[in-house]
Amino acid sequence: MALGLQLTLSGLAFGGLVFLLAVGLTVILGLMDVLNLAHGSFYMLGAYAGVTVLHIVGSFWLALALAPIVLALLGAALEVAFFRRLTGRGPLMQVLLTFGLSLVFVDLVRWRFGPQNQPFPAPPQLSGSIGILDFRFPVYEAFVIAVAALLGAALLLGWRRLRVGAILRAGVADREMVGLLGVDLARVFTLTFAAGAGLAGLAGVIAGPYLATYPGMDENVLILALAVVVVGGLGSVAGALVGALLIGLATSVGPFLRQEIATALVFGVMALVLLVRPRGLFGLRA
Amino acid sequence: MTGTAAEASLPVRAGHVARGGLLAAVLLALASLSFWAPTFWVSIAIQALILAIFAMSIDLLLGYAGLPSFGHAAFYGTGALVCARLALASPGLGILPLVGISVAGAALLAVPFGALSLRVRGVYFLMLTLAFGQMLWSVAFQAPREWLGGSDGLIGVVRPSLGLLQRFDEQLWLAVGVSPGVAAVRHFYNLTLVAAVLTFVALSLLVRSPYGRTLEGIRENEHRMRALGCPTFRYQLAAFVVAGALAGLAGSLLTLFNGFANSSSLYWTNSGLVLIAAIVGGVRTLAGPALGAFVVLIAQDTLSSYSERWPLLLGAMFVGFVLFLPNGLLSAGRALRGLTRARPVELRR
Repeated sequence: MALGLQLTLSGLAFGGLVFLLAVGLTVILGLMDVLNLAHGSFYMLGAYAGVTVLHIVGSFWLALALAPIVLALLGAALEVAFFRRLTGRGPLMQVLLTFGLSLVFVDLVRWRFGPQNQPFPAPPQLSGSIGILDFRFPVYEAFVIAVAALLGAALLLGWRRLRVGAILRAGVADREMVGLLGVDLARVFTLTFAAGAGLAGLAGVIAGPYLATYPGMDENVLILALAVVVVGGLGSVAGALVGALLIGLATSVGPFLRQEIATALVFGVMALVLLVRPRGLFGLRA
Repeated sequence: MTGTAAEASLPVRAGHVARGGLLAAVLLALASLSFWAPTFWVSIAIQALILAIFAMSIDLLLGYAGLPSFGHAAFYGTGALVCARLALASPGLGILPLVGISVAGAALLAVPFGALSLRVRGVYFLMLTLAFGQMLWSVAFQAPREWLGGSDGLIGVVRPSLGLLQRFDEQLWLAVGVSPGVAAVRHFYNLTLVAAVLTFVALSLLVRSPYGRTLEGIRENEHRMRALGCPTFRYQLAAFVVAGALAGLAGSLLTLFNGFANSSSLYWTNSGLVLIAAIVGGVRTLAGPALGAFVVLIAQDTLSSYSERWPLLLGAMFVGFVLFLPNGLLSAGRALRGLTRARPVELRR
């Protein structure tokens, strides 16, 4: 019972982190048909932006606020500079562009910060652990759950109720029609890219004290986020949320059984969803 | 599908002769390479040929079938790991059964991999193949030490002898006075070249066959082909399996060259690298991806010997190619020819 709760809570924390990454990935993919392999780089750069702010100012909270803004600006700049030039050239070129960019980013980080792990301490308010039933649960993981839950609720609400959410939903369903209705698609794309990059940057700062900050920290999480997109369905915020929780639980329960089973479990969930429902749990189209 | 009949009635063009001559010249240069090039360059050429086989295999999927897979390293790595595992388990095995079983292993994996991925198309296909490939890597990476050797990988693979042929080839080198190690490298180069040429010929024949034409038909209009009664799924899956098998061939040759294999050969950067090689040369040409493999490998080697920041420069080069030369080097050659040669004005567009 207590063990089950403990595993569920760790699964929620990790799943919440993956959600912050996957939600941008899935909306960008659904809306713009861009599979952004540099999305993991945004996550990594977010963590390094956080470390930099932490070193200069010494405040984790300021790092948490500033890094997403920096990453959002970078995302917008990349969209205008690169992705806009490639619209209509097919998905492969864009994926390869993001592949090249991710190689550049990881080497830039290695150049500036070196290959080693960066110390990224949690603030004192979030250190230590709290007692639940008969086990200790890290405060920081509870914080990760809280941030992901708050943002998840806000994003889901905005997606369903706000005008911008309606535009994005319509864009996923039929981009051209939205353009014909007078919506400035170029601006929507840039803002979506910026928001996705900002969320990935936020996930990176949060991941800093929770996981580890090193060049290449993005790779494992990116693949899990991809699995989330496959499971949840393209361009669906609710799908990203449910998918991330499923994958999070699979990765937290898996190692308890056996390490190599963890990934096989994620793989199994993905294959099963594909067999039963190729468009994903909440996907509109396949 | 009707292309063969239409093409047969075309007169032989000067372009065909020129292309044949160029191909023959390249082949001659490659075949003689082991006689005149320094050993360092021979070993670079071996790696380039292996990447060329890998790149030609993805061209079947990407160029002809129109299926952009970002998980092709799964088969490359499977070929490499099966080959290493098998060579270590049964040292007496000859090189042909060894490579044959590795290729079969990769092909076998391609069946479920392809069948699942082919449920979606376009960018989703890219994503799914990437996800499946990475899952495979992750499982191999965490596999018990006694299976795949953990993070060290499988080391100490001894290249099996090709028997009399190899003895003859190496004796020739020893007679000229090179050391046994160098003789072995030069011999393996010849072997890899034979494999690459066979791959090129086999794929060229395949894409010109009715099967290949049908595959292109499916790429252009899948719904229409299905309406015509073509079992499109089977055709595409077959392309996936053939491409996977050839990638496995490249992987097993890599193991035989390096003498070791580890899970990193499954890693997604290899899938990206081979796609870039295909794009750099020009897809749907077979020769293009092979050329691209040489360009990418030589660029990687040159950059890494001059600068510690070579991943950055290589990534920037990839970005440059995607942005400015998306149709590849062969297309650039064609464009240059178009500039130098007077052409009848095209009236219709």
